[in-house]
Amino acid sequence: MSEHPEEFKESGLVRFLRATEVDTRLLGMIGALLLIWLGFHFYGHFVNGFGAFLTPRNLWNLSVQTSSIAVMATGMVLIIVTRHIDLSVGSLLGFTAMIMGVMQVWVLPKYLGLGHPMIWVITILVGVAFGTLIGAFQGFLIAYLSIPAFIVTLGGLLIWRGASYLVARGETIAPVDPTFALIGGGPYGTIGATGSWIVGIIVCIAIVLMLWNGRRQRVRFGFPTRPMWAECLIGLVGTGFVIGSVLVMNAYPWPKGIVKKYAAANNIEVPESGLFISHGFAIPILIAIAVGIAMTFLATRTRFGRYVFAIGGNPEAAELAGINTKKMTLLIFALMGALTGISAVIASARLKSATLALGQFDELYVIAAAVIGGTSFAGGIGTIYGAILGALVMQSLQSGMVLIGFDAAIQQMVVGGVLVLAVFIDTLYRKNSA
Amino acid sequence: MSDSNSANAPSADPNAGKTPLVEMRDISIAFGGVHAVDKASCELYPGEVVGLLGHNGAGKSTLIKILSGAYSRDSGSIFVDGQEAIINNPRHAKDYGIETIYQTLALADNVDAAANLYLGRELLTRWGTLDDAAMEAETRKVMNRLNPNFTRFKDPVKQLSGGQRQSVAIARAIHFNARILIMDEPTAALGPAETEQVGQLIHQLKQDGIGIFLISHDIHDVFDLADRVTVMKNGAIVGSAQTKDVTKDEVLGMIILGKCPAGAIPGPGALAD
Repeated sequence: MSEHPEEFKESGLVRFLRATEVDTRLLGMIGALLLIWLGFHFYGHFVNGFGAFLTPRNLWNLSVQTSSIAVMATGMVLIIVTRHIDLSVGSLLGFTAMIMGVMQVWVLPKYLGLGHPMIWVITILVGVAFGTLIGAFQGFLIAYLSIPAFIVTLGGLLIWRGASYLVARGETIAPVDPTFALIGGGPYGTIGATGSWIVGIIVCIAIVLMLWNGRRQRVRFGFPTRPMWAECLIGLVGTGFVIGSVLVMNAYPWPKGIVKKYAAANNIEVPESGLFISHGFAIPILIAIAVGIAMTFLATRTRFGRYVFAIGGNPEAAELAGINTKKMTLLIFALMGALTGISAVIASARLKSATLALGQFDELYVIAAAVIGGTSFAGGIGTIYGAILGALVMQSLQSGMVLIGFDAAIQQMVVGGVLVLAVFIDTLYRKNSA
Repeated sequence: MSDSNSANAPSADPNAGKTPLVEMRDISIAFGGVHAVDKASCELYPGEVVGLLGHNGAGKSTLIKILSGAYSRDSGSIFVDGQEAIINNPRHAKDYGIETIYQTLALADNVDAAANLYLGRELLTRWGTLDDAAMEAETRKVMNRLNPNFTRFKDPVKQLSGGQRQSVAIARAIHFNARILIMDEPTAALGPAETEQVGQLIHQLKQDGIGIFLISHDIHDVFDLADRVTVMKNGAIVGSAQTKDVTKDEVLGMIILGKCPAGAIPGPGALAD
């Protein structure tokens, strides 16, 4: 074909990429992530005498720590794609967490009695509803009153932080409802070895079904299909990754103290060699994955998602095509608020309390995650999986530096530098690929 | 230049007695004190091509954006098939079969041809999700008819050439059974061969009974294609004439001076004698 004059001199790698239709960006990000992981591990190994990064324990912790940022980053993608920004997510997270804290510690026990099984459900509903409403309100100001998103959410950053102070007079609200706390992870907030295998196998089956269905669709309409070996390879890599994650998560046992308590409570005899109880997947990471899947579906398979990207590509064209761009803007910010509410559940459940500082600077990590994941500030470009990987990169950097004992000042500087570097690389990449 | 027709009164109206496909009556719109369009009226009959002419800033695009729902008029009314039409946004206009090809093409640059073709009117599966495969298949069919050389269905339209982008914009306008087609400077970005193609397309659409508004600031673009020209100046209609009743020079006089020749029916914007 005349469009591909370079075809005859294509290297094996290019042919491979075309056959598998793998995004080169995705490969680049995975490469960067592996580099970061290996770098921290071997730095620890050689300098501190112990490589702590690539251990089941650290990877499990990493998965839990990433969840809250990852959930918000999926929403931030849509915001940035439509050429807006949301600086208020950190404060909003703190505020909704505080509302939920007050709800479950001060308000609900009074009416339902302490430890009532509905407390955590009502609390979460209230929290997510609050987040959604506030997000929608900010979206309303941006869409219908034409105040720039930067200003509205900058105001929000101050207002919601101040509001969370007022709600609890600056107190730390603790302890949260025990069922609520499970959502934050911790030994009890996991699904165990068997549960992890079940989840893993379901995901593997889903991957195979999706590949099969995609191929069938292409055949049905007579579009070109990937070669069979490429389909199989993608399937193998995908399922291999899932099974690998299950193995790693299951390799991290409960601490001895908790095992002893659990055994005593359930009349299990602990053998001489100790009892190996796996953590398995933590509940927060399962929530993050579920949100990631739902958001990917929303972004790529629905009208809503199509409109988000069309607005980002050319707002005027979207308007002329009959898309209600104002309503879309309001909905996108409402969705961001809802996701922030979910993140607030995860974050405060993990701390088992609502503190005044909760979520501080989260907006920066969330925006950084989206941008590192390939979301373009020029609008119209971004992926959900990219943002989740971006969140993982940010969190890996941060916890890696903690593990090898860098101090907080250096951590901040590194994270800032990486953000700028990532955007620079992104710019180079777009120049070359355009 | 003298033409036997030019000194005559307007020839008999071939559309006399027919109901116009669309009629705009006394349309006005102002932007901050500037009367962009001032009591403008014009009409379009089935199978007719009307060239809407005027300088840059004469109000042509604004008038047409009112018809396509992009702007809300301050006063005046629009009739489609003789019935008063309510057009307050682009979606309303599309419901009346009014489709527009904008000068800027108004494409979402970051998505592919199929997504643009169906923007705002996506095909859905029975689960309510986007049916990308079906949309791509339909797009391949449409584009094969319109521009057989078009093969880049997977690329974002940003990466396409001017002519290819134009094909996508045209395909989008005619694919949904348009009855009234508005083309704003349709050939501005095109080479000679592609301009010729657009001309052929207009003839073909005319045969199908579609009414077309052709907007241009260059009379050479439209004179051969249009059955009638309507000229605007400073937001008002100078006059309207069947192309066979007037010469290019006379139309040029209407555009530049606002002088209405004998072969034309003068409008409120015509220069007083």
